[in-house]
Amino acid sequence: MGRYVIRRLLQAIPVLLGSTFLIFCTVYALPGDPVMILGGERRIDPVLAAQLREQYGLNDPLIVQYWNYISGVFVGDFGETFQGVQVADLFAGKFQVTIQLAVTALIIEALVGLGLGLYAALRRGRWQDHAVLALTLLLVSVPTLVSGFVLQLVLGVKLKTELGIDFFPISGTEAGWRSFLVPGFVLAGTSIAYLVRLTRTSLMETLRADYIRTAVAKGMPRSRVLGRHALRNSLIPLVTYLGADLGTLMGGAVITEAIFNLNGIGQQLFQSVARRENAVVVGVVTVLVLVYLLANLIVDLLYAVLDPRIRYE
Amino acid sequence: MSELNTAVQEPKAHPRRKQKEKKPNSLWSDAWYDLRRNKVFLVGTAIAILLILMAIMPGVFAPQNPLACNLVDARQGISSEHWFGIDNQGCDTFSRVIHGARISILVGLLTSVVTGLVGGVLGLIAGFYGRWVDVILSRLAEIFFAIPSILGALLLLSAVGRDAAGVWTVVLALAILAWPMVLRIMRAAVITAKSQDYVTAARALGASPFRISVRHILPNAVAPVIVVCTMNLGVFIAGEAALSFLGVGIQSPNISWGLMIADARNRFLMAPEPLIFPAIFLSITVLSFVMIGDAVRDALDPKLR
Amino acid sequence: MKKRSATDVLPAEGGLGNEPLLTVDNLHVEFHTRAGIVRAVNGVSYSLSAGETLAVLGESGSGKSVTAQAIMGILDMPPAVIPKGEIRFHGTNLLTLSEEGRTQVRGERIAMIFQDALSALNPVFTVGWQISEMFRVHRGMSKRDGMKKAVELMDKVRIPAARQRVNDYPHQFSGGMRQRIMIAMSIALDPEVLIADEPTTALDVTVQAQIMELLAELQRESNMGLILITHDLGVVADVADKISVMYAGRIVENAPVHDIYKAPAHPYSKGLLDSIPRVDHKGQELYAIKGLPPNLLDMPTGCAFHPRCPYRQDNCVTDVPPLYEISGVRSSACHYWREVLDGSRG
Repeated sequence: MGRYVIRRLLQAIPVLLGSTFLIFCTVYALPGDPVMILGGERRIDPVLAAQLREQYGLNDPLIVQYWNYISGVFVGDFGETFQGVQVADLFAGKFQVTIQLAVTALIIEALVGLGLGLYAALRRGRWQDHAVLALTLLLVSVPTLVSGFVLQLVLGVKLKTELGIDFFPISGTEAGWRSFLVPGFVLAGTSIAYLVRLTRTSLMETLRADYIRTAVAKGMPRSRVLGRHALRNSLIPLVTYLGADLGTLMGGAVITEAIFNLNGIGQQLFQSVARRENAVVVGVVTVLVLVYLLANLIVDLLYAVLDPRIRYE
Repeated sequence: MSELNTAVQEPKAHPRRKQKEKKPNSLWSDAWYDLRRNKVFLVGTAIAILLILMAIMPGVFAPQNPLACNLVDARQGISSEHWFGIDNQGCDTFSRVIHGARISILVGLLTSVVTGLVGGVLGLIAGFYGRWVDVILSRLAEIFFAIPSILGALLLLSAVGRDAAGVWTVVLALAILAWPMVLRIMRAAVITAKSQDYVTAARALGASPFRISVRHILPNAVAPVIVVCTMNLGVFIAGEAALSFLGVGIQSPNISWGLMIADARNRFLMAPEPLIFPAIFLSITVLSFVMIGDAVRDALDPKLR
Repeated sequence: MKKRSATDVLPAEGGLGNEPLLTVDNLHVEFHTRAGIVRAVNGVSYSLSAGETLAVLGESGSGKSVTAQAIMGILDMPPAVIPKGEIRFHGTNLLTLSEEGRTQVRGERIAMIFQDALSALNPVFTVGWQISEMFRVHRGMSKRDGMKKAVELMDKVRIPAARQRVNDYPHQFSGGMRQRIMIAMSIALDPEVLIADEPTTALDVTVQAQIMELLAELQRESNMGLILITHDLGVVADVADKISVMYAGRIVENAPVHDIYKAPAHPYSKGLLDSIPRVDHKGQELYAIKGLPPNLLDMPTGCAFHPRCPYRQDNCVTDVPPLYEISGVRSSACHYWREVLDGSRG
């Protein structure tokens, strides 16, 4: 097991380096001179500009700049903005918002996705099954951009004005966990649909397996056949999907954050691209790549825990 | 004394096999037979054809010039003259929505084709040659795959700059981060196909590697790629809208549903029509392609039968 | 010691005087599929007494496994439907029993072994967990006691180092050992009837013999009734008491095992026997039954075997043969069983 973890970690390193280098190059290619943009309307004194360039290593070749940056990241130093703010400090609050959003989305996804998927599988071929499948088609088809605004209008405004229910805040994070409910659902939308379908097929496949027939032949009650024998096996692909989805949700949060005015990393990235805060831009994407790789690593380990056939290979 | 017969399984086989037993059915003719009878596919295709017609000749569908706007009329509600109301700039929303179909569908189709070709070819190479070629291509795919797609595309488009932004830049920004998915699927399918007996037989008969991959492996590996490309169409259309919404995709005066949503969002709660209608069309477009994708997958994936 | 939880619905062992332990009576099973109704079992009858071994022989698709699954009550219904027939266990018709009642019979009083132990055992639980589950669920034992029982059973089916291996997973065992685990699980609660559905088909020939020997030994010890389902005549010769040969959902011949080996009374049984390779026939061409088994959706008229039968006469195409009684213990569903019998004697 230990060797397996180490091997997986080692495999993740080139991916991390490659992805961040790619981002670094893209940011480097962003139009305009960051030092000049820093000045805004005022013209910056050329001597000061040169000094700043020297200080931030902007005159070094790209690869050297990259190396300086990435070696910092490995010890938790994400550099600082031109205003002298530590990028890591800037991240703290923003990441918290995005993580809260993504985790809320993941919980909603797991509850709704697994629930509906199991229900559809057990009602296989009947109208309930068809209804769930039609619902997933709808969920996949409505982009975040659409569901976000529509739910904002329906749950945030109409529900309040028409029925007097003021439960769902539509903007900002002042209302605590409730603030994340609607955005979380919006963010999870498409993933919910995929999870429902995956759960349904996975359980149906498992229920056809020989060992389920064995469990019935052993005289196990139906609840036990489903709850112990079938569920444990169907869970394997589902956990994999959910784990890998955390990274996707965090990376995809930018639109949801924009609609619901949540001050997370998506918003931060968007602003920082405009302001040419290169360190922040690269930092955000680096952390997201890290989250993605870490989530995948955890999924691989979970896989081994859930499926003994993997463990001993 | 082996198990000779599969009489019990026989009835589960494809109904068509009974009718035309003389001709061996290929995966493709079976799939086509299935598709023509699949209601989801027929509905999805009908909507898609209508949308494509709208994209090709919007003038036929749109009652007004989408760019002839009168600020005085801004945010008027629904009327007999303006079916979907009038937006913040005083333009007829219905006409703009019709004209918006072109870019959505163009971006969706082009991105699917580009990712299919790039991912497909690289996947074929990786799967067929294996060894270090496979290692390099697979790692490369992982590197691109690890970058969150909308954020990555946002960065790439920012680097290109607004002046150069257009259909092709959006297509490339989306494709650069999406091809690894196709590569993975193609690679897996090729590796499976390669280990089949008939490929071993072709190799034993001395067929050249090129001939083997084109004649024997490709036809059997291409089905899953077609499935994923069809299913991705809707994803790319939504992606274009998102990027245009964020202001890095399609730029005004070009018309994109994402852009229309962005323009209407500030006054959305007072005047929802200019936002809701492009949103509905966007959803219907994605829905139609998702329906087609679903049906194609059901038809081409024999495991699901 | 033994708690019979099923006593409320079923009489205890040896309840009714002359009634055999298990009787299948004119059983019909249909599968309702999109392509039409498949009649997998068409009026099958057989009976089994305690301590007896019945071999049910036939190709796949002959309905032998479907019959067994109907006895266990593990058919998927729908698509399967049982329009006619009874399965009596101690005189009680299992088919009219509630699902609860059947759950109490399954595993506890009638148990089953499947062909492919690798897929029949749950891959994510240890073999010990799976064996001890029988005791935990049916007997309410603790985990620890259940595991102790599991080790005892693994010893009993001669799995080496049972105490160490009890915590291993199915994929860590060899094919023969896995089938032994399957057997251990099925005999855990001392069932009265054990159904073995092709228990050795997936195994090497040498292992096949060991498993058959083990089954026979366990049966002798506990006086179980054993139903041995197979397509391989060679496997059952030494262990079976009587044989029922099935073809296209019907029984075509019933006979004590020695009689059928000496002289089969149905052309299909004769074909099966003739196609066993034999040392004394070395150098001769191996016999094979010509033609293919029938499509169950599109059955031949009359005798289902007539398209492949060397004894065919005109009336075979039109008249369905009943089971003709040859002697008290033998019967054959062939209009010309006399000719077949004479032919095989000669």
